[in-house]
Amino acid sequence: MINFDSVTKIYSDDSIALDSVTFDVSPKEFLSIVGASGAGKSTILKMLLAEEKPTEGAVFFERVDVGSLGKKELNLHRRRIGTVFQDFKLLPGKTAYENIAFAMEVAGRSDEEINSDVPHVLDLVDLSDKAWNFPNELSGGEKQRLAIARAIINQPDVVIADEPTGNLDPLNTEEIVQILKKINDLGTTVILTTHNKQVVDSLGKRVITLDRGRIVRDDNRGRYIL
Amino acid sequence: MRAGFAGFWRNAFVSLASTMVLSFALFVIGVLIFLGAMLDTSLGQLRDKVDINVYFLTTAPEEEILSLKEQIETLPEVEFVEYVSREEALQEFRFRHENDQLILEALDELEDNPLGATLNVKARETSQYEGIAKFLDSNETLSADGRGEIIDRINYFQNKAAIDKLSGIIDSAQTISFAIALLLIIISVAMTFNTVRLAVFTAKDEIGVMKLVGASNRYARGPFVVEGIFSGILSAFIALILFYPLTLWLGPSTETFFGAISVFDYYLNNFGQIFLIMLFSGILLGGGSSYLAVRRYLKI
Repeated sequence: MINFDSVTKIYSDDSIALDSVTFDVSPKEFLSIVGASGAGKSTILKMLLAEEKPTEGAVFFERVDVGSLGKKELNLHRRRIGTVFQDFKLLPGKTAYENIAFAMEVAGRSDEEINSDVPHVLDLVDLSDKAWNFPNELSGGEKQRLAIARAIINQPDVVIADEPTGNLDPLNTEEIVQILKKINDLGTTVILTTHNKQVVDSLGKRVITLDRGRIVRDDNRGRYIL
Repeated sequence: MRAGFAGFWRNAFVSLASTMVLSFALFVIGVLIFLGAMLDTSLGQLRDKVDINVYFLTTAPEEEILSLKEQIETLPEVEFVEYVSREEALQEFRFRHENDQLILEALDELEDNPLGATLNVKARETSQYEGIAKFLDSNETLSADGRGEIIDRINYFQNKAAIDKLSGIIDSAQTISFAIALLLIIISVAMTFNTVRLAVFTAKDEIGVMKLVGASNRYARGPFVVEGIFSGILSAFIALILFYPLTLWLGPSTETFFGAISVFDYYLNNFGQIFLIMLFSGILLGGGSSYLAVRRYLKI
Protein backbone atom coordinates (compact mmCIF):
# COMPACT_ATOMS: atom_id res chain seq x y z
CA MET A 1 0.00 0.00 0.00
CA ILE A 2 2.72 2.45 1.03
CA ASN A 3 6.21 1.99 -0.29
CA PHE A 4 9.35 4.00 0.50
CA ASP A 5 11.96 3.25 -2.16
CA SER A 6 15.54 4.24 -1.18
CA VAL A 7 14.34 7.61 0.04
CA THR A 8 17.03 10.14 0.94
CA LYS A 9 16.29 13.61 2.22
CA ILE A 10 19.08 16.12 2.60
CA TYR A 11 18.15 19.58 3.95
CA SER A 12 21.74 20.82 3.79
CA ASP A 13 25.16 19.17 3.59
CA ASP A 14 25.47 18.65 7.32
CA SER A 15 21.83 17.73 7.93
CA ILE A 16 20.78 14.47 6.35
CA ALA A 17 17.26 13.67 7.58
CA LEU A 18 16.84 10.33 5.80
CA ASP A 19 19.51 8.09 4.29
CA SER A 20 18.19 5.65 1.64
CA VAL A 21 15.23 4.41 3.65
CA THR A 22 13.25 1.51 2.19
CA PHE A 23 10.14 -0.14 3.69
CA ASP A 24 6.57 -1.18 2.85
CA VAL A 25 3.35 -0.80 4.76
CA SER A 26 0.50 -3.24 4.08
CA PRO A 27 -3.18 -2.38 4.37
CA LYS A 28 -4.64 -2.60 7.89
CA GLU A 29 -1.20 -2.66 9.42
CA PHE A 30 -0.33 -0.82 12.67
CA LEU A 31 3.22 0.48 12.30
CA SER A 32 5.16 2.34 14.96
CA ILE A 33 8.22 4.32 13.98
CA VAL A 34 10.53 5.04 16.89
CA GLY A 35 13.81 6.84 17.36
CA ALA A 36 15.42 9.74 19.13
CA SER A 37 14.50 13.31 18.24
CA GLY A 38 15.93 14.17 14.86
CA ALA A 39 16.14 10.54 13.74
CA GLY A 40 13.85 11.31 10.80
CA LYS A 41 10.46 10.08 12.04
CA SER A 42 8.54 13.24 11.20
CA THR A 43 10.31 13.57 7.85
CA ILE A 44 8.90 10.20 6.82
CA LEU A 45 5.36 11.37 7.59
CA LYS A 46 5.91 14.69 5.80
CA MET A 47 7.05 12.79 2.72
CA LEU A 48 3.91 10.69 2.79
CA LEU A 49 1.82 13.90 2.79
CA ALA A 50 4.12 15.37 0.12
CA GLU A 51 4.79 18.25 2.45
CA GLU A 52 8.46 17.52 1.72
CA LYS A 53 9.87 15.94 -1.42
CA PRO A 54 12.65 13.32 -1.38
CA THR A 55 16.10 14.41 -2.52
CA GLU A 56 16.55 10.90 -3.94
CA GLY A 57 14.25 7.90 -4.27
CA ALA A 58 10.45 7.99 -4.29
CA VAL A 59 7.43 7.49 -2.04
CA PHE A 60 4.56 5.46 -3.49
CA PHE A 61 0.98 5.38 -2.27
CA GLU A 62 -0.89 2.56 -3.99
CA ARG A 63 1.78 2.55 -6.71
CA VAL A 64 1.45 6.28 -7.39
CA ASP A 65 4.55 8.43 -6.87
CA VAL A 66 3.41 10.96 -4.27
CA GLY A 67 6.10 13.46 -5.26
CA SER A 68 4.78 13.70 -8.81
CA LEU A 69 1.19 14.60 -7.90
CA GLY A 70 -0.28 17.81 -9.30
CA LYS A 71 -2.07 20.36 -7.14
CA LYS A 72 -5.53 18.82 -7.44
CA GLU A 73 -4.38 15.21 -7.11
CA LEU A 74 -2.35 16.24 -4.09
CA ASN A 75 -5.49 17.59 -2.38
CA LEU A 76 -7.30 14.34 -3.15
CA HIS A 77 -4.34 12.32 -1.90
CA ARG A 78 -4.24 14.22 1.39
CA ARG A 79 -7.95 13.61 1.92
CA ARG A 80 -7.23 9.87 1.94
CA ILE A 81 -4.86 10.32 4.88
CA GLY A 82 -5.99 11.40 8.32
CA THR A 83 -3.29 13.23 10.22
CA VAL A 84 -2.84 13.70 13.98
CA PHE A 85 -0.10 16.08 15.11
CA GLN A 86 1.75 16.43 18.39
CA ASP A 87 0.61 20.07 18.67
CA PHE A 88 -2.94 19.13 17.56
CA LYS A 89 -3.09 21.84 14.86
CA LEU A 90 -6.74 22.60 15.52
CA LEU A 91 -8.20 25.79 14.09
CA PRO A 92 -8.44 28.15 17.08
CA GLY A 93 -11.23 30.21 15.54
CA LYS A 94 -13.56 27.23 15.11
CA THR A 95 -15.50 25.23 17.69
CA ALA A 96 -14.89 21.52 18.20
CA TYR A 97 -17.87 20.77 15.96
CA GLU A 98 -16.65 23.16 13.23
CA ASN A 99 -13.11 21.79 13.38
CA ILE A 100 -14.47 18.43 12.32
CA ALA A 101 -17.07 19.84 9.96
CA PHE A 102 -14.45 21.79 8.04
CA ALA A 103 -12.48 18.63 7.23
CA MET A 104 -15.70 17.27 5.69
CA GLU A 105 -16.37 20.51 3.80
CA VAL A 106 -12.85 20.29 2.39
CA ALA A 107 -13.69 16.85 1.06
CA GLY A 108 -16.80 18.26 -0.56
CA ARG A 109 -19.35 16.51 1.65
CA SER A 110 -22.91 17.80 1.86
CA ASP A 111 -24.42 19.63 4.83
CA GLU A 112 -26.69 16.65 5.57
CA GLU A 113 -23.73 14.31 5.76
CA ILE A 114 -21.91 16.77 8.01
CA ASN A 115 -24.90 17.11 10.31
CA SER A 116 -25.24 13.36 10.69
CA ASP A 117 -21.55 12.31 10.84
CA VAL A 118 -20.03 14.97 13.12
CA PRO A 119 -22.12 14.18 16.23
CA HIS A 120 -21.42 10.51 15.66
CA VAL A 121 -17.64 10.89 15.60
CA LEU A 122 -17.72 13.35 18.54
CA ASP A 123 -19.49 10.62 20.47
CA LEU A 124 -16.83 8.12 19.41
CA VAL A 125 -14.06 10.20 21.00
CA ASP A 126 -16.30 11.09 23.95
CA LEU A 127 -16.53 14.85 23.25
CA SER A 128 -20.27 15.22 22.65
CA ASP A 129 -20.66 17.64 25.54
CA LYS A 130 -17.80 19.85 24.25
CA ALA A 131 -19.07 20.24 20.70
CA TRP A 132 -19.48 24.02 20.99
CA ASN A 133 -16.29 24.74 22.89
CA PHE A 134 -13.31 26.35 21.20
CA PRO A 135 -9.95 24.52 21.33
CA ASN A 136 -8.54 26.84 24.00
CA GLU A 137 -11.36 25.68 26.28
CA LEU A 138 -10.32 22.01 25.99
CA SER A 139 -7.67 20.06 27.92
CA GLY A 140 -4.65 18.53 26.14
CA GLY A 141 -6.24 15.09 26.01
CA GLU A 142 -9.53 16.50 24.73
CA LYS A 143 -7.73 18.47 22.02
CA GLN A 144 -5.95 15.34 20.85
CA ARG A 145 -9.18 13.37 20.82
CA LEU A 146 -10.72 16.13 18.76
CA ALA A 147 -7.76 16.00 16.36
CA ILE A 148 -8.26 12.24 15.99
CA ALA A 149 -11.96 12.77 15.34
CA ARG A 150 -11.02 15.21 12.57
CA ALA A 151 -8.49 12.73 11.16
CA ILE A 152 -10.98 9.87 10.86
CA ILE A 153 -14.14 11.75 9.87
CA ASN A 154 -13.60 11.19 6.15
CA GLN A 155 -12.89 7.47 6.63
CA PRO A 156 -9.30 7.71 5.40
CA ASP A 157 -7.27 4.73 4.19
CA VAL A 158 -4.41 5.67 6.52
CA VAL A 159 -4.19 7.55 9.79
CA ILE A 160 -0.78 8.96 10.56
CA ALA A 161 -0.08 10.16 14.09
CA ASP A 162 3.05 12.23 14.65
CA GLU A 163 3.99 12.00 18.35
CA PRO A 164 0.32 12.26 19.31
CA THR A 165 1.07 11.65 22.98
CA GLY A 166 4.11 13.93 23.19
CA ASN A 167 2.24 16.61 25.10
CA LEU A 168 0.03 14.35 27.21
CA ASP A 169 0.13 12.79 30.68
CA PRO A 170 0.20 8.95 31.03
CA LEU A 171 -3.56 8.65 31.53
CA ASN A 172 -4.43 10.65 28.41
CA THR A 173 -1.65 8.86 26.53
CA GLU A 174 -3.25 5.50 27.26
CA GLU A 175 -6.62 6.81 26.12
CA ILE A 176 -5.21 8.06 22.79
CA VAL A 177 -3.40 4.75 22.16
CA GLN A 178 -6.63 2.83 22.79
CA ILE A 179 -8.50 5.02 20.31
CA LEU A 180 -5.78 4.50 17.66
CA LYS A 181 -5.92 0.76 18.27
CA LYS A 182 -9.68 0.81 17.85
CA ILE A 183 -9.34 2.68 14.56
CA ASN A 184 -6.87 0.05 13.38
CA ASP A 185 -9.16 -2.78 14.47
CA LEU A 186 -11.90 -1.24 12.33
CA GLY A 187 -9.64 -1.70 9.29
CA THR A 188 -7.67 1.52 8.90
CA THR A 189 -3.90 1.49 8.49
CA VAL A 190 -2.21 3.40 11.31
CA ILE A 191 1.31 4.82 11.28
CA LEU A 192 2.45 6.13 14.64
CA THR A 193 5.69 7.92 15.43
CA THR A 194 6.69 8.17 19.05
CA HIS A 195 9.57 8.05 21.45
CA ASN A 196 7.40 6.78 24.27
CA LYS A 197 8.74 3.32 25.21
CA GLN A 198 5.65 2.31 27.17
CA VAL A 199 3.31 3.04 24.28
CA VAL A 200 5.31 0.93 21.83
CA ASP A 201 5.81 -1.96 24.22
CA SER A 202 2.14 -2.11 25.15
CA LEU A 203 1.06 -2.29 21.50
CA GLY A 204 3.04 -5.38 20.50
CA LYS A 205 2.85 -4.48 16.79
CA ARG A 206 5.40 -3.84 14.03
CA VAL A 207 8.15 -1.38 15.00
CA ILE A 208 10.68 0.37 12.75
CA THR A 209 13.61 1.91 14.63
CA LEU A 210 15.39 4.88 13.07
CA ASP A 211 18.80 6.21 14.00
CA ARG A 212 20.21 9.30 12.35
CA GLY A 213 18.12 8.83 9.22
CA ARG A 214 18.75 5.10 8.78
CA ILE A 215 16.53 2.11 9.57
CA VAL A 216 18.39 0.05 12.18
CA ARG A 217 15.58 -2.40 13.07
CA ASP A 218 12.29 -3.58 11.59
CA ASP A 219 10.54 -6.10 13.86
CA ASN A 220 7.08 -7.51 13.30
CA ARG A 221 6.25 -7.77 16.98
CA GLY A 222 8.69 -5.18 18.13
CA ARG A 223 9.69 -3.45 21.27
CA TYR A 224 11.32 -0.11 21.89
CA ILE A 225 15.05 -0.82 21.82
CA LEU A 226 17.67 1.85 21.28
CA MET B 1 -18.90 32.77 2.68
CA ARG B 2 -20.26 31.75 6.06
CA ALA B 3 -16.72 31.09 7.29
CA GLY B 4 -15.63 34.53 6.07
CA PHE B 5 -18.31 36.35 8.06
CA ALA B 6 -17.72 34.21 11.13
CA GLY B 7 -14.01 34.93 10.85
CA PHE B 8 -14.68 38.66 10.66
CA TRP B 9 -16.59 38.71 13.95
CA ARG B 10 -14.37 36.26 15.80
CA ASN B 11 -11.17 38.12 14.94
CA ALA B 12 -12.91 41.38 15.72
CA PHE B 13 -9.74 43.18 16.77
CA VAL B 14 -7.72 42.26 13.69
CA SER B 15 -10.72 42.97 11.45
CA LEU B 16 -11.20 46.33 13.12
CA ALA B 17 -7.57 47.26 12.48
CA SER B 18 -7.69 46.38 8.80
CA THR B 19 -11.09 48.05 8.37
CA MET B 20 -9.70 51.23 9.89
CA VAL B 21 -6.67 51.25 7.63
CA LEU B 22 -8.87 50.49 4.63
CA SER B 23 -11.22 53.32 5.57
CA PHE B 24 -8.25 55.64 5.75
CA ALA B 25 -7.01 54.52 2.33
CA LEU B 26 -10.47 55.04 0.83
CA PHE B 27 -10.71 58.40 2.55
CA VAL B 28 -7.46 59.44 0.87
CA ILE B 29 -8.83 58.31 -2.48
CA GLY B 30 -12.00 60.31 -1.79
CA VAL B 31 -10.04 63.44 -0.90
CA LEU B 32 -8.15 63.05 -4.17
CA ILE B 33 -11.41 62.83 -6.08
CA PHE B 34 -12.63 66.06 -4.47
CA LEU B 35 -9.34 67.91 -4.93
CA GLY B 36 -9.16 66.78 -8.54
CA ALA B 37 -12.66 68.07 -9.20
CA MET B 38 -11.93 71.41 -7.53
CA LEU B 39 -8.68 71.83 -9.42
CA ASP B 40 -10.34 70.89 -12.70
CA THR B 41 -13.10 73.46 -12.36
CA SER B 42 -10.80 76.28 -11.32
CA LEU B 43 -8.30 75.50 -14.07
CA GLY B 44 -11.18 75.26 -16.50
CA GLN B 45 -12.37 78.70 -15.49
CA LEU B 46 -8.91 80.15 -15.96
CA ARG B 47 -8.65 78.53 -19.35
CA ASP B 48 -12.01 79.98 -20.39
CA LYS B 49 -10.64 83.44 -19.89
CA VAL B 50 -7.93 82.96 -22.47
CA ASP B 51 -8.65 83.64 -26.12
CA ILE B 52 -7.19 85.35 -29.20
CA ASN B 53 -8.79 88.47 -30.59
CA VAL B 54 -8.26 89.37 -34.21
CA TYR B 55 -8.93 93.08 -34.80
CA PHE B 56 -9.80 94.06 -38.38
CA LEU B 57 -9.31 97.33 -40.14
CA THR B 58 -12.44 99.46 -40.35
CA THR B 59 -12.18 99.14 -44.13
CA ALA B 60 -12.21 95.34 -44.10
CA PRO B 61 -15.22 94.00 -46.04
CA GLU B 62 -17.53 91.83 -43.97
CA GLU B 63 -17.60 88.90 -46.42
CA GLU B 64 -13.82 88.57 -46.24
CA ILE B 65 -13.93 88.52 -42.49
CA LEU B 66 -16.63 85.86 -42.57
CA SER B 67 -14.66 83.75 -45.03
CA LEU B 68 -11.62 84.00 -42.76
CA LYS B 69 -13.85 82.97 -39.88
CA GLU B 70 -14.87 79.86 -41.81
CA GLN B 71 -11.24 79.08 -42.55
CA ILE B 72 -10.31 79.36 -38.89
CA GLU B 73 -13.22 77.16 -37.91
CA THR B 74 -11.84 74.33 -40.04
CA LEU B 75 -8.67 74.21 -37.90
CA PRO B 76 -8.84 71.13 -35.66
CA GLU B 77 -7.49 72.92 -32.59
CA VAL B 78 -10.17 75.63 -32.65
CA GLU B 79 -13.18 75.16 -30.40
CA PHE B 80 -15.24 78.09 -31.62
CA VAL B 81 -14.96 81.48 -33.28
CA GLU B 82 -17.13 84.39 -32.32
CA TYR B 83 -17.71 87.24 -34.79
CA VAL B 84 -18.29 90.72 -33.43
CA SER B 85 -19.35 93.13 -36.19
CA ARG B 86 -18.42 96.80 -36.23
CA GLU B 87 -21.89 97.81 -35.07
CA GLU B 88 -21.85 95.35 -32.23
CA ALA B 89 -18.40 96.56 -31.23
CA LEU B 90 -19.68 100.15 -31.17
CA GLN B 91 -22.71 99.21 -29.11
CA GLU B 92 -20.54 97.39 -26.65
CA PHE B 93 -18.20 100.33 -26.49
CA ARG B 94 -21.05 102.72 -25.78
CA PHE B 95 -22.47 100.41 -23.19
CA ARG B 96 -19.11 100.14 -21.43
CA HIS B 97 -18.71 103.90 -21.34
CA GLU B 98 -22.32 104.88 -20.77
CA ASN B 99 -21.36 106.97 -17.75
CA ASP B 100 -18.61 108.81 -19.54
CA GLN B 101 -20.25 111.73 -21.34
CA LEU B 102 -16.99 113.01 -22.79
CA ILE B 103 -16.23 109.87 -24.70
CA LEU B 104 -19.79 109.50 -25.91
CA GLU B 105 -19.82 113.05 -27.17
CA ALA B 106 -16.51 112.57 -28.91
CA LEU B 107 -17.92 109.47 -30.52
CA ASP B 108 -20.93 111.39 -31.77
CA GLU B 109 -18.61 113.96 -33.32
CA LEU B 110 -17.12 111.32 -35.57
CA GLU B 111 -18.81 110.71 -38.86
CA ASP B 112 -17.92 107.08 -39.15
CA ASN B 113 -17.76 104.21 -36.71
CA PRO B 114 -14.10 104.19 -35.63
CA LEU B 115 -14.17 100.58 -34.44
CA GLY B 116 -13.23 97.56 -36.55
CA ALA B 117 -14.84 94.14 -36.39
CA THR B 118 -13.23 91.42 -34.29
CA LEU B 119 -13.03 87.64 -34.26
CA ASN B 120 -12.66 86.01 -30.87
CA VAL B 121 -10.99 82.63 -31.27
CA LYS B 122 -11.14 80.01 -28.57
CA ALA B 123 -8.79 77.01 -28.69
CA ARG B 124 -9.40 73.58 -27.17
CA GLU B 125 -6.05 73.68 -25.31
CA THR B 126 -4.18 76.75 -24.13
CA SER B 127 -0.99 75.41 -25.72
CA GLN B 128 -2.62 75.58 -29.15
CA TYR B 129 -2.95 79.35 -29.29
CA GLU B 130 0.51 79.74 -30.70
CA GLY B 131 -0.31 77.59 -33.73
CA ILE B 132 -3.55 79.45 -34.35
CA ALA B 133 -1.80 82.80 -34.07
CA LYS B 134 0.84 81.67 -36.55
CA PHE B 135 -1.84 80.56 -38.99
CA LEU B 136 -3.50 83.96 -38.73
CA ASP B 137 -0.20 85.72 -39.13
CA SER B 138 0.63 83.91 -42.37
CA ASN B 139 -2.93 84.46 -43.55
CA GLU B 140 -2.49 88.16 -43.05
CA THR B 141 0.27 88.32 -45.65
CA LEU B 142 -1.59 85.95 -47.96
CA SER B 143 -4.65 88.12 -48.02
CA ALA B 144 -2.63 90.99 -49.41
CA ASP B 145 -3.41 89.80 -52.93
CA GLY B 146 -4.31 93.16 -54.37
CA ARG B 147 -7.23 93.74 -52.07
CA GLY B 148 -5.00 94.91 -49.30
CA GLU B 149 -4.65 93.77 -45.75
CA ILE B 150 -7.74 93.43 -43.67
CA ILE B 151 -6.24 92.53 -40.27
CA ASP B 152 -5.20 95.37 -38.05
CA ARG B 153 -3.56 93.37 -35.27
CA ILE B 154 -3.74 90.09 -33.38
CA ASN B 155 -3.60 90.45 -29.64
CA TYR B 156 -1.96 87.07 -29.15
CA PHE B 157 1.47 88.57 -29.70
CA GLN B 158 0.82 91.17 -27.05
CA ASN B 159 -0.52 88.59 -24.60
CA LYS B 160 1.90 85.85 -25.54
CA ALA B 161 3.91 86.01 -22.32
CA ALA B 162 0.80 85.82 -20.15
CA ILE B 163 -0.74 82.99 -22.15
CA ASP B 164 2.49 81.00 -22.14
CA LYS B 165 2.84 81.40 -18.42
CA LEU B 166 -0.75 80.40 -17.79
CA SER B 167 -0.50 77.27 -19.90
CA GLY B 168 2.71 76.44 -18.07
CA ILE B 169 0.95 76.80 -14.73
CA ILE B 170 -2.00 74.72 -15.86
CA ASP B 171 0.27 71.97 -17.16
CA SER B 172 2.42 71.80 -14.06
CA ALA B 173 -0.59 71.99 -11.74
CA GLN B 174 -2.00 68.96 -13.50
CA THR B 175 1.31 67.08 -13.44
CA ILE B 176 1.91 67.83 -9.77
CA SER B 177 -1.60 66.89 -8.71
CA PHE B 178 -1.33 63.65 -10.69
CA ALA B 179 2.03 62.82 -9.07
CA ILE B 180 0.73 63.54 -5.58
CA ALA B 181 -2.40 61.50 -6.22
CA LEU B 182 -0.31 58.59 -7.48
CA LEU B 183 2.02 58.78 -4.49
CA LEU B 184 -0.84 58.91 -1.97
CA ILE B 185 -2.59 56.02 -3.66
CA ILE B 186 0.59 53.93 -3.63
CA ILE B 187 1.13 54.72 0.07
CA SER B 188 -2.42 53.80 1.04
CA VAL B 189 -2.39 50.63 -1.02
CA ALA B 190 0.93 49.58 0.55
CA MET B 191 -0.41 50.35 4.01
CA THR B 192 -3.59 48.36 3.44
CA PHE B 193 -1.67 45.47 1.96
CA ASN B 194 0.69 45.29 4.92
CA THR B 195 -2.09 45.42 7.48
CA VAL B 196 -4.01 42.70 5.71
CA ARG B 197 -0.82 40.68 5.44
CA LEU B 198 -0.35 40.91 9.20
CA ALA B 199 -3.96 39.87 9.71
CA VAL B 200 -3.45 36.88 7.44
CA PHE B 201 -0.11 36.10 9.09
CA THR B 202 -1.92 35.43 12.36
CA ALA B 203 -3.86 32.76 10.48
CA LYS B 204 -0.80 31.24 8.79
CA ASP B 205 -1.01 27.98 10.78
CA GLU B 206 -4.69 27.74 10.07
CA ILE B 207 -4.03 27.89 6.33
CA GLY B 208 -1.31 25.27 6.75
CA VAL B 209 -3.69 22.91 8.55
CA MET B 210 -6.32 23.36 5.85
CA LYS B 211 -3.78 22.48 3.18
CA LEU B 212 -2.58 19.40 5.07
CA VAL B 213 -6.12 18.16 5.45
CA GLY B 214 -6.41 18.40 1.68
CA ALA B 215 -8.24 21.68 1.20
CA SER B 216 -8.02 23.21 -2.25
CA ASN B 217 -6.43 26.64 -2.54
CA ARG B 218 -9.84 28.09 -3.27
CA TYR B 219 -11.33 26.62 -0.13
CA ALA B 220 -8.47 27.85 2.07
CA ARG B 221 -8.44 31.30 0.50
CA GLY B 222 -12.19 31.84 0.28
CA PRO B 223 -12.91 32.95 3.85
CA PHE B 224 -10.02 35.44 3.84
CA VAL B 225 -11.08 36.99 0.57
CA VAL B 226 -14.70 37.23 1.76
CA GLU B 227 -13.47 38.80 4.99
CA GLY B 228 -11.35 41.25 3.00
CA ILE B 229 -14.22 42.19 0.68
CA PHE B 230 -16.54 42.61 3.64
CA SER B 231 -14.18 44.98 5.42
CA GLY B 232 -13.66 46.79 2.09
CA ILE B 233 -17.40 47.40 1.76
CA LEU B 234 -17.66 48.45 5.40
CA SER B 235 -14.73 50.85 4.92
CA ALA B 236 -16.35 52.38 1.84
CA PHE B 237 -19.44 53.21 3.91
CA ILE B 238 -17.37 54.58 6.78
CA ALA B 239 -15.38 56.84 4.44
CA LEU B 240 -18.53 58.01 2.65
CA ILE B 241 -20.26 58.81 5.91
CA LEU B 242 -17.18 60.72 7.12
CA PHE B 243 -17.27 62.86 3.98
CA TYR B 244 -20.76 64.17 4.71
CA PRO B 245 -19.96 66.39 7.70
CA LEU B 246 -16.51 67.17 6.33
CA THR B 247 -17.72 68.50 2.99
CA LEU B 248 -20.63 70.27 4.66
CA TRP B 249 -18.13 72.08 6.87
CA LEU B 250 -15.64 72.83 4.08
CA GLY B 251 -18.26 73.65 1.47
CA PRO B 252 -18.46 77.47 1.89
CA SER B 253 -14.69 77.96 2.11
CA THR B 254 -13.99 75.87 -1.00
CA GLU B 255 -16.62 77.92 -2.78
CA THR B 256 -14.72 81.13 -2.13
CA PHE B 257 -11.27 79.62 -2.56
CA PHE B 258 -11.81 77.78 -5.83
CA GLY B 259 -14.38 80.25 -7.02
CA ALA B 260 -16.52 77.67 -8.72
CA ILE B 261 -18.39 75.03 -6.79
CA SER B 262 -18.89 74.07 -3.20
CA VAL B 263 -17.31 70.72 -2.34
CA PHE B 264 -20.53 69.80 -0.56
CA ASP B 265 -22.61 70.37 -3.70
CA TYR B 266 -20.11 68.29 -5.61
CA TYR B 267 -20.46 65.51 -3.02
CA LEU B 268 -24.26 65.55 -3.28
CA ASN B 269 -24.40 65.87 -7.06
CA ASN B 270 -21.89 63.10 -7.74
CA PHE B 271 -22.85 60.90 -4.81
CA GLY B 272 -23.65 57.88 -7.00
CA GLN B 273 -20.35 58.04 -8.83
CA ILE B 274 -18.30 58.61 -5.67
CA PHE B 275 -20.18 55.80 -3.94
CA LEU B 276 -19.38 53.38 -6.74
CA ILE B 277 -15.72 54.39 -6.90
CA MET B 278 -15.36 53.96 -3.14
CA LEU B 279 -17.20 50.65 -3.09
CA PHE B 280 -15.24 49.29 -6.02
CA SER B 281 -11.89 50.46 -4.60
CA GLY B 282 -12.79 49.01 -1.20
CA ILE B 283 -13.68 45.62 -2.65
CA LEU B 284 -10.58 45.61 -4.83
CA LEU B 285 -8.25 46.72 -2.04
CA GLY B 286 -9.71 44.45 0.64
CA GLY B 287 -10.30 41.37 -1.48
CA GLY B 288 -7.16 41.79 -3.57
CA SER B 289 -4.87 42.29 -0.57
CA SER B 290 -6.28 39.20 1.13
CA TYR B 291 -5.96 37.18 -2.04
CA LEU B 292 -2.30 38.11 -2.44
CA ALA B 293 -1.51 37.82 1.27
CA VAL B 294 -2.85 34.27 1.53
CA ARG B 295 -1.05 33.14 -1.59
CA ARG B 296 2.34 32.72 0.04
CA TYR B 297 1.00 30.39 2.73
CA LEU B 298 -0.71 28.10 0.25
CA LYS B 299 2.52 26.59 -1.03
CA ILE B 300 2.57 23.55 1.27
